[in-house]
Amino acid sequence: MTIKASDPQWHKSRLRAEKRFRLYGKCALSLAVLMLVLLVGSLIARGYQGFVQTQMSLPIQFDPAALGLSKDVDVSSLSPSAYTPLVKASLRMVFPEVTDPMQTRELYALVSSNAGVTLKSYLDHHPEMLSKTADVWIPASSNADLYFKDRISENTPEADRNLTDQQIAWLKRFKERDIERIVFDQTLFNHGDSRSPENAGFLGAMVGSAFTLAICLALVFPLGVMTAVYLEEFGRPGKWVDIIEVNINNLAAVPSIVFGLLGLAVYINLLGFPRSSPLVGGMTLAMMILPVIIITTRVALASIPGSIRDAALALGATPLQVVWHHTLPLSMPGIMTGTILGMARAIGETAPLLLIGMVAFVADIPTSVTSSATVMPVQIYLWASSPEAGFSEKTAAGILVLLMLLLTMNALAITLRKRFEVRW
Amino acid sequence: MSKISAKKVNVFYGAKQALFDVDMEISANSVTALIGPSGCGKSTFLRCLNRMNDTIEGCRITGNILVGGININAPDQDVVHLRAWIGMVFQKPNPFPKSIYDNVAYGPRIHHLVKNKNEMDEIVEKSLISAGLFDEVKDRLNDPGTSLSGGQQQRLCIARTIAVNPEIILMDEPCSALDPIATAKIEELIMELKNNFTIVIVTHSMQQAARVSQQTCFFHMGKVIEAGPTSKIFTNPENQQTQDYITGRYG
Repeated sequence: MTIKASDPQWHKSRLRAEKRFRLYGKCALSLAVLMLVLLVGSLIARGYQGFVQTQMSLPIQFDPAALGLSKDVDVSSLSPSAYTPLVKASLRMVFPEVTDPMQTRELYALVSSNAGVTLKSYLDHHPEMLSKTADVWIPASSNADLYFKDRISENTPEADRNLTDQQIAWLKRFKERDIERIVFDQTLFNHGDSRSPENAGFLGAMVGSAFTLAICLALVFPLGVMTAVYLEEFGRPGKWVDIIEVNINNLAAVPSIVFGLLGLAVYINLLGFPRSSPLVGGMTLAMMILPVIIITTRVALASIPGSIRDAALALGATPLQVVWHHTLPLSMPGIMTGTILGMARAIGETAPLLLIGMVAFVADIPTSVTSSATVMPVQIYLWASSPEAGFSEKTAAGILVLLMLLLTMNALAITLRKRFEVRW
Repeated sequence: MSKISAKKVNVFYGAKQALFDVDMEISANSVTALIGPSGCGKSTFLRCLNRMNDTIEGCRITGNILVGGININAPDQDVVHLRAWIGMVFQKPNPFPKSIYDNVAYGPRIHHLVKNKNEMDEIVEKSLISAGLFDEVKDRLNDPGTSLSGGQQQRLCIARTIAVNPEIILMDEPCSALDPIATAKIEELIMELKNNFTIVIVTHSMQQAARVSQQTCFFHMGKVIEAGPTSKIFTNPENQQTQDYITGRYG
């Protein structure tokens, strides 16, 4: 016996519709996954080279006379630039056939302009090498670096690449003699920005972001939570609360660049806070994130069952005690999640910071919230718009660092929510 | 003299009137049951007695409610003290998501009723004993209150109410979310508690009203139809509507 509960023709067609719908869903999902893989894949493919750097081994003769040492001048007081002649002398020694001044300059361009820093730190660690000769690993210039990473090919016409045929011939000799190596590049994590790609680091931007976020969080968390608590727990529902609520929701949808203009007009022009500083940056981002925090906090508070408020009120708790002892602690996981997601949005924000001058070239690591600084996404923007080929891999590396941070923050938000979630 | 005396109480939710000229006398150390079909206003009246209706937006109350001779609707009446004095147990057990101990200790703590930990321990133990829960939880006072069964949770809520030492306990359908065994325990407890407290209980169960209360008050459409000794209401009601309701003809 078969069960016949509906028209068999109709039943078949609704089963088919169900199957079709599932297929559409799978298609959409795989498309989204494909996009994501493409994005992350291309970033990693390009970005990993930003984390490594080519070094070349050069025999350096630490000649006191060439260093300009005398009775009055001590080794430790030398500036890195004092070591530059040693690098040049070494290059001339390795390639004795080069005599023409034009060619000599091309030869010098193979090593990083920062080589002096490496040599100084080497001699400071090995003072016994003074007056002796040692093989030292010296960072290659950005273009030489790109050649060793196969990003510049000799098959490209000479006019279209940044290295001359002669320079490539020299670099080949390094390769043949196996005195070049590719190592992890610490520059990215312990240097500020630089005009030359091989010296450019992300640390300045990271510290700038940290200061900016700290200011933003310090402002937005108490302000946002207080506002939400008042609106949700104390404000008598009515016309005024409605107007405020609509405005807060609208504020959350205002394009971020508008907040940049507001920050410029109010904080810098009116109040005279220092331009380009994390202080102003954090205050500007705080305006942008405030509605997000207020909305998420209100949602978290509203999700606390009314029976808890009733229980406390019926025991004779004052409304403030109800908030302080019950609703606020219980909604903290939700508030924290909202705050972290808001901060994740702030850390990736670029547009408003361009307007308050955080787009300036800053080579120094910022030391306080009032010093000039830039932030990670702006640094990425700056590198992406730089003409030097070496900056493109720095850009990708910077994006990877920022993405890792964002992933960590989101993971933290999820963990917090899962761990402290109260089940009723 | 009666403990609670209500005169011409009218309650409005916005434009809608929920109670019409309710008069009621409730005597001390007894159980008074408020019965009636859903939406008849019995819970609304109960919530007038500790001013929990204040938390409902657009709710307006007129008339006089004297509790122990004090007009609780007077503008200068402190509701915080009032609610400590008139405790309330709700329909759904609502322990705080804290430990059993902290649930009971919360009231004494916010009212600064104790000076040290020993006194607090004493109050918690005494309250749990009065609520008939102590023997079941004495080894796990630090477990969350929400880990108890429904009936235990409701007795915990009663212990929590007792801990602030009220004179009156209001109960809003305290057994409607519980199974028959848990209900029986709560009813037993109510009969015991009436020696020390004045209890007003809203219930949907006619049998419960008959079992636990001395006075019964029948509400219908926001009005008190009939009030009097429970035995009389259930055996020989004067009003036809009351008769119909208690015999299950409607409601």
